Amino acid sequence: MPKKKRDAKKIVFESVNDVPKMPMSLGSMLHNKTGTWRNIRPEIKLEDCIQCGICWKFCPDMSIVIEDEWPVIDYDFCKGCGICAEECPVKCIAMVEERK
Amino acid sequence: MKKVIMGNHALSYGAMLARAQVISAYPITPQTQVVELLSEMCADGTLDAKFIKVESEHSAMASCIGASVAGARTFTATSSQGLALMHEMLHWASGGRHPVVMGDINRAMAPGWTIWSDQNDSLSQRDTGWIQFYCASNQEVLDTTIQAFKVSESLYIPSMVVLDAFSLSHTYEVVDVPDQAKVDAFLPKFQPYARLTPQKPCAFNGLTSPEHYMELRYKLEEDMEKVIPAILETGLEFERAFGRLLTLADENRCDDAEIILVTSGTAGYTAHVAVEEMRAAGLKVGNLRMKVFRPFPFDLVRRVLPKARKIAVVDRNISYGHHGIFAQEVKSALHGHTDVPVFGFIAGLGGRDITPATFREIVDYTKSHDAPEENIVWIGVKK
Repeated sequence: MPKKKRDAKKIVFESVNDVPKMPMSLGSMLHNKTGTWRNIRPEIKLEDCIQCGICWKFCPDMSIVIEDEWPVIDYDFCKGCGICAEECPVKCIAMVEERK
Repeated sequence: MKKVIMGNHALSYGAMLARAQVISAYPITPQTQVVELLSEMCADGTLDAKFIKVESEHSAMASCIGASVAGARTFTATSSQGLALMHEMLHWASGGRHPVVMGDINRAMAPGWTIWSDQNDSLSQRDTGWIQFYCASNQEVLDTTIQAFKVSESLYIPSMVVLDAFSLSHTYEVVDVPDQAKVDAFLPKFQPYARLTPQKPCAFNGLTSPEHYMELRYKLEEDMEKVIPAILETGLEFERAFGRLLTLADENRCDDAEIILVTSGTAGYTAHVAVEEMRAAGLKVGNLRMKVFRPFPFDLVRRVLPKARKIAVVDRNISYGHHGIFAQEVKSALHGHTDVPVFGFIAGLGGRDITPATFREIVDYTKSHDAPEENIVWIGVKK
């Protein structure tokens, strides 16, 4: 592994030899948890969910994953844009005030 | 197999034999035939590639970059205003280390509106981080295109294969079109260092803070400095496979020459003819036809040119407020290495013919002056 210093937000390379040729992400987003930017959060009422997968498909941040055929929100990265709630055909996703 | 083909089609055959997988282009004279033939090849199945029609050259380069990130071998071609419109994307290709290969048919910049040849379009892209090859025959165009893919993909630096409008692009010559199997052995499939894939999601060319930007540029330059050795090595490998050596330049009668002409493109072939005529008349003249302009072949220029008593650089281009671009590059390479005077001539702008008589006039001037009287010596301006 190249020598790099990890803090909460980014990877800092200590040497030019460790920097990749291409400007590329190298997974730094795993450490940069953008979910903290959120003001409102989506909550799914699974009793009403018809498992159509539309929320998974529309999420621009890939923050909805399908686990055992049910949608699960990854709150580490969901920025609260509300697209899932807008697109849900049975309106089982509600956008609620973020709890700080 | 030997074929009689035009320079533009030599580029198309080069891309076909290299098995380019994505070709994206916008038509512009004098380039159009390059991608016209490739689109026919894609349509009839001769070439297993995706041909993307786009609304501008900017988008042509953008789609080549996108396809390259996805791991495809990509090709495009353009000229003049089209290349200028691509300018922003040229930086994206080199900065992102996407080894796109592009043909540029040298066409002068408008206005006045023009379709004829000079080198200001490609030389304006000098500092974009692209390799630039200047060709002088259709065979050289085809061979260089195949070589360009190999060099570009080994170092992740894009290449421009440049040829003159009409005097090469539309001129038919006999070209030995190599066997596909031999080309496949010379140029294996493109296996990128990193690419877009759902198996390993990652983002390319995103925000880079001052902590790393300079290192990325350092690495690009570090690899740029490996390009000349890579061209020499692949040139030798090409000779072993196809019997034609690919070099950095043609050195024609330079060893005992009192005056060495420095030329490029088809004007460089005309200069060969002029040199033979002048030699027959007892003038000790040589010609260095430069084929690789970026990266600049410092060692070659410093080895060949100081042997002369005078150097005459012939530019089919101009950097306004300075002088011819090859002349300024040659002077900068020789600085501190020799005191031989460098004469800078400008000729043939906007497709005006460069003939053996042009070179005789240039040699007459150089012979009869100890140093150039002016920063730029214009040849053929109606005074």
